[in-house]
Amino acid sequence: MAIRLIVNQRMQEVEAAPDTPLLYVLMNELSLQGPRFGCGLAQCGACSVLVDGVETRSCVTPLSRVEGKPITTLEGLPAWYAQQQKLSAVPALHPIQQAVIDEQALQCGYCYNGQMIKAAELLSKNSTPTDAEIRTAMNGHICRCGTYPRLMKAIKRAALAMAGGAR
Amino acid sequence: MTEILDAGDLSSGLPRRDFLKAGGMLVVGFAVAPSAFAQNPGQRTGAFEGPAQPDADQLDTWIAIHADNTATIIHGHHELGQGISTTLLMIAAEELDLDMSQVRGMPLETGKSPNQGLTAASSGIARGGVRVRLAAADARQALLGLASTRLGAPVERFTVSRGIVSVAGDPAKKVTYGELLGDKHFSVPFTGRAPIKDYRKHTIVGTRIPRRDVPDKASGKYVYLQHVKVPGMLHGRVVRPRGQGSFLHGAKVMSVDASSIADIPGVRIVRRGDFLGVVAPNEWDSVKAAQQLKVTWDMPAILPASQEALHNRMRAGRTVDRFVLDRGDCTAAFARAAHVASGRYDAPYQLHGPFAPNCAIADVKRDSALVYSSRQTIYGTRQVVCGVTGLAPDKVVVRFYETSPSYGRGCQEDCAMAAAVMSQEVGAPVRLQLMRWDEHGWDHYQQAHTADVKVACDASGKIVGYEYHGWQHNFTAGDTTEILVGTKKPGEGDGIRAQGPTLFNTGDQYAIPNWRIVNHRVPGMSGYFKAAPLRSPMDIALSFAGEQTVDQLAYMANIDPYQFRRQNVNGERWLGVLDAVAKASNWMPRRAASIKQAGRMRTGRGIALGTHLSSYGAAVAEIEVDTETGVIVAKKMYGSIDPGQVINPGIVERQIESQMCVACSRLLKEEVTFSTSNVTSLDWSTYPPLRFGEAPEVTAVVVNRPNVPSSGAGEEALAAGAAALANAFFDATGVRMHTFPLTPNRVLAALQSAPKTTTA
Repeated sequence: MAIRLIVNQRMQEVEAAPDTPLLYVLMNELSLQGPRFGCGLAQCGACSVLVDGVETRSCVTPLSRVEGKPITTLEGLPAWYAQQQKLSAVPALHPIQQAVIDEQALQCGYCYNGQMIKAAELLSKNSTPTDAEIRTAMNGHICRCGTYPRLMKAIKRAALAMAGGAR
Repeated sequence: MTEILDAGDLSSGLPRRDFLKAGGMLVVGFAVAPSAFAQNPGQRTGAFEGPAQPDADQLDTWIAIHADNTATIIHGHHELGQGISTTLLMIAAEELDLDMSQVRGMPLETGKSPNQGLTAASSGIARGGVRVRLAAADARQALLGLASTRLGAPVERFTVSRGIVSVAGDPAKKVTYGELLGDKHFSVPFTGRAPIKDYRKHTIVGTRIPRRDVPDKASGKYVYLQHVKVPGMLHGRVVRPRGQGSFLHGAKVMSVDASSIADIPGVRIVRRGDFLGVVAPNEWDSVKAAQQLKVTWDMPAILPASQEALHNRMRAGRTVDRFVLDRGDCTAAFARAAHVASGRYDAPYQLHGPFAPNCAIADVKRDSALVYSSRQTIYGTRQVVCGVTGLAPDKVVVRFYETSPSYGRGCQEDCAMAAAVMSQEVGAPVRLQLMRWDEHGWDHYQQAHTADVKVACDASGKIVGYEYHGWQHNFTAGDTTEILVGTKKPGEGDGIRAQGPTLFNTGDQYAIPNWRIVNHRVPGMSGYFKAAPLRSPMDIALSFAGEQTVDQLAYMANIDPYQFRRQNVNGERWLGVLDAVAKASNWMPRRAASIKQAGRMRTGRGIALGTHLSSYGAAVAEIEVDTETGVIVAKKMYGSIDPGQVINPGIVERQIESQMCVACSRLLKEEVTFSTSNVTSLDWSTYPPLRFGEAPEVTAVVVNRPNVPSSGAGEEALAAGAAALANAFFDATGVRMHTFPLTPNRVLAALQSAPKTTTA
């Protein structure tokens, strides 16, 4: 059946069973590269997207639950940020994406979809997170390359950049 | 140097099995001076023989010069997040006198890319880099020869910058590489004999060039294998028991109830022998069908009942025993030593567990096949695909796309074969995505290991004897799909050094006059699991045993553990990394466990030396132990690697940082669990990895020796990191842990029951 999704501020109509996890539709029908398969069990964070600004595991979220709600994927993160911050122009990258590049934080980068989605959510709610707050917020996102220390630096760098941008 | 050992030398004071009486076979082994051969990568040329591949002896196989004065570096190393797609370009640009903006790589594909074998064992720079450097030097020499003819000046008078060749003292006379060769072939052989640039003139090698792949990975534009689509492809899932059983026995299909998935439209069951899968046009349908399909499997319940039973079984059965090394007279040394530390140490099976379960796409036609795989050898993948499809190598093309790495041999190969079988059966392209439980349950695991170690020193604290006995089975031969379809039988691997004790974590760190290492190979694979190298193969098990015993000896000799290692250290390169971590951590000398601590939370620090098969690694760990919950938190880790010449210190630093995190994960948390019939750790809840909240702060120290050949930095601090954590636990509590991972239950049990210290 036809289901209407709002993905990265665009209305999309997809033909799929309502029990289909959102992830498969984002990957296969909409050809997005941000959300990706990691466990299918909501344990790792590979598939994370923002739904109404809240980090959500798309691998276990049926389409029926997100119909009509704003969904943001990694691809839409800069525009989502611009909207949040009321910027006049959409930047090429969200500050967390730029910070990940500046810190050369990622290795394989496969988990960084979820890492950056979660970090963006955190920074949208808490512009000056402490180390402990970062650790707590990010604890649901596994990195098997072991880049946590660099990711910590990248999140703090992004927070600083966002504070600078807001002045 | 090799020496053949006399079987008659076998004698030891260690409490161990009697080899011959228990029916063990004694195989005479070779002893090799480890430091000497480990540090000699110059002999490896980084190219492998094989059918239907570019000729490694032709320069055009490696480098193309374009009319716009840029170059394509055509190498055969696979990007796995380790930065090899950047560092090999750095080496080539340096040697060619090009800017980084003027060089690019090429996607890896069989028949087009040279065969540089497996991108594994930290070989990308150590072997692949040697070949790329030699090819670039050859190319530069050929280009200068062309320039000499064009400009009418001798090569000696040329200077080259950004690919512009100019004549010294006559700047008007110049020509670019592009003008000299622009998109034409060199048509000269690869010689490997052109002069190499003096390292003191390097301007690219040794600098922190940002990685090429990072921006697209951050923006979401990077194409991972999981993003590749082929027109008309079906979505496949394998159907297997949840969790492998005894490798020798495999899994046999007793019955399949097709009606159990009749409600899912468009699904087809694929079966060949005991290989079972489903394909469907819609991915979610294939996921549902694979879970819903009713299959009865025959799996014998012959696995050990517990981890302890596993280790005891390995020790109790017949073993094939071999000296890895036997130097001097250990028995005599132990007899006259002032202090002797000894103990048994046990290590679990651990899995590769790539963050993304493997994926592969295969389009197998009657007389050809195209396969997309993440296996870190395109040619090795082609070979196994040929095995299950019956196609000849020149009929099969394998393209590499990156996914998250498994740091060793996970399920990539199995996945590629399975996709090929499914595609061949249904006559359409199939994209196979393994589910998390497939990847966890049917991985090749790092083998379980059990060891008896004994180390002794004299009254001054000089190590006089070191004896290590290790038990484990070999890596396995034959992967799941080829065994299930019947083209391969399960067997034992051979020929790989790193499947038993390898010296590098069991004594090479120290100058030891009497030194014996015995490999007790557990033969047969009945009741054991599939096994293959996992990042720093065997080393965490070896260093957990060896470096804790050395630490214990320092304790018994009443010497600070850093000072004890320092006074016994084997050469300046081990000393360099040891001093580096001690300095970084501001190590203050004192005996381990000498600070009296009361209350629930205890803190401790530990130090260790270790590596894989090359390079040198050291680590310091600072931990906190909650004596009520048994939870250990690594607060701070310091790691160091001396990999010889460092191509990109920024990348090596990040490798060290991540190795410290992985050391925490593997030493504190990771353990394959099983019932008597099959593996039961099938997801991140039953096989918990290190998470963000548990990650240590890390200080990385790179020891660069630019005049020494590069020998790898992808895994060489892991063993030291793990052992440093174990030693820190002793410092915090006065209790030695003899089995890892150091899970809360195991820690609490040890704190409650272990003697305060372990002494001989």
